[in-house]
Amino acid sequence: MPKLVERDLRLDLFRGLALWLIFLDHIPSNIVSWITIRNYGFSDATEIFVFISGYTAAYVYGRAMREHGTVVASARVLKRAWQIYVAHIFLFAIYMAEIAYVSRSFENPLYGEEMGIFDFLQQPDITLVQALLLKFKPANMDVLPLYIVLLAGFPPMLWLLLRKPGIALGTSVLLYMLTWYFGWNLPAYPNGFWVFNPFAWQLLFVFGAWCALGGAKQIEFLITSRITLGLALVYLVFAFVIALTWSVPGLDGVVPRFLEDWMYPIDKTNLDVLRFAHFVALAVVTIRLVPRTWSGLQSIWLRPAILCGQHSLEIFCLGVFLSFAAHFALVELSDSIGMQIATSLLGIILMVATAAMISWYKRIEGRSPGSRPGPPGATLAGGGA
Amino acid sequence: MKALALALMCALTGGVLAGSAAVAKESDACIAAAGVGAPDFALPHVAEAIAKKKLDVAVLGSASSELNGPAGTSIAYPTRLEAALSALLPGVTVKISTYAKARDTAADMESKLGRIVSEAKPDLVVWQTGTADAIRGVDPDEFRISLDDGVDTLQAANSDVVFMNMQYSPRTEAMLAVGAYADAMRIVALQREAVLFDRFSIMKRWNESGVFDLYGATRTTDVAQRVHDCLGRLLAQVVVEGAKLTMPAKKATR
Repeated sequence: MPKLVERDLRLDLFRGLALWLIFLDHIPSNIVSWITIRNYGFSDATEIFVFISGYTAAYVYGRAMREHGTVVASARVLKRAWQIYVAHIFLFAIYMAEIAYVSRSFENPLYGEEMGIFDFLQQPDITLVQALLLKFKPANMDVLPLYIVLLAGFPPMLWLLLRKPGIALGTSVLLYMLTWYFGWNLPAYPNGFWVFNPFAWQLLFVFGAWCALGGAKQIEFLITSRITLGLALVYLVFAFVIALTWSVPGLDGVVPRFLEDWMYPIDKTNLDVLRFAHFVALAVVTIRLVPRTWSGLQSIWLRPAILCGQHSLEIFCLGVFLSFAAHFALVELSDSIGMQIATSLLGIILMVATAAMISWYKRIEGRSPGSRPGPPGATLAGGGA
Repeated sequence: MKALALALMCALTGGVLAGSAAVAKESDACIAAAGVGAPDFALPHVAEAIAKKKLDVAVLGSASSELNGPAGTSIAYPTRLEAALSALLPGVTVKISTYAKARDTAADMESKLGRIVSEAKPDLVVWQTGTADAIRGVDPDEFRISLDDGVDTLQAANSDVVFMNMQYSPRTEAMLAVGAYADAMRIVALQREAVLFDRFSIMKRWNESGVFDLYGATRTTDVAQRVHDCLGRLLAQVVVEGAKLTMPAKKATR
């Protein structure tokens, strides 16, 4: 069996940062979201979140599978999937409360068409059942269902990863390719398909898991080579230039026609290979810039992001709720730039404070790192998969 | 041909001058704040129609192409577009036919296009879409293919197309994800060299600059009427500018 590598703090750091970015991106018309990476390349915080989730899931449940067997570890993975399902339904209830309020209080003949999104309130019998089946998913509530499906299908993949990591990764790539070829996806209600296609996005999750279980060591020579770094930088600059043409007016004609025809649409639903490559390029550069032993990881300044990354499920859910709340505040109170910055900052502060409080709860409940046997690295994995 | 081009130039110059004078007179903040530049692509069939003094336009859309109420049709943007085009193009007979149906998706509209082009023989189709598809959660890929097929039909029927994307609606912004559909419209417009009338960005700029209050809850059509009027005039500007873009190309080929 491949040897488990020690968990490193960079995972928590970047997952924490990804959670902040997802929160900022989910507040519509927020000036602060201009700092998020989706504006400067093909991939966005979702890729970071899914990759690191796969990495930590393999790290935590991989050890469980080796120490306690396949059945126990699989049961734990499924328990986690169930927790996420409950969290998703909780968020859905909050969403319904907000949307029901807006549908009762807002009226404007200009927006007769947009009011159509409230039509589903007329038939709660269908809507609620479809929501419980994860087929009806309101805007910005697509990541958790993806996570649920990925975890639910993870036990056999983990079993294979621990025995034949190469074959496991190959299976994942094959599924990704077949998905593109045959157009597989899960159905959504009332129409269409899942916004994040689990059959495509599993590639990133399994790739993360494969890296955690020794794959990263195997390709270390590739990751650290200067040629790879050079290629990654060139690709990042290319993606940056393309992304600029989306936001800077007047740059429309810069991209040559053949490139447009070949490149667009850059499909987020099916994890376009351009997005995947962009994430990998970002990772290669990041690993170079932030080595595992970097002293800054211990600094108090990065502590808030690391804390959030260590309690990702809770903080993710809180972030989705806070982005609803922030939009609500911007609509009801004021949408000035000052207010946008203030709500963004306040949201992140609340996320950090909540993460600190969860850590504190875990400590007083005796689930602190020190009270559990295992290597010191394990402490950071607590509940963080 | 030369005479035709000359007549066209005169008509356009005259029209644009008259139009800009009218705008200047009203000193409209909404036009200035909209930030609409020259269109990215030309509208050759519109240019030909203007030269022939008869411009037929079809507006294809969903609920946001009409307004409810007794005065609905007369204040909605298609009617305002007709008035603005007539003012910008003196001597040209402008006729607008509106095909707007609530909840129609791009696929629904695409299936009607064949009938519309054979019935109305428009020189230009303004195709407003996106919101109904976003509400229904239509696969963005299917949405894009419907647009693409629609452009095929229109090109075969010698009609230009101007895409109009969704309204900016701050109240429902967090509940309705329109991004994928807006992107699809932008991509099809770019690939098929069609003009995109970016209603979303225009209304967003109006909201940011405070020209119109798009947050306010109201039962009256006051704001809606002014928004549609300004949209109609901006659209007329884009159509005329798009026709003008055709001329250098025509000269070059002769």
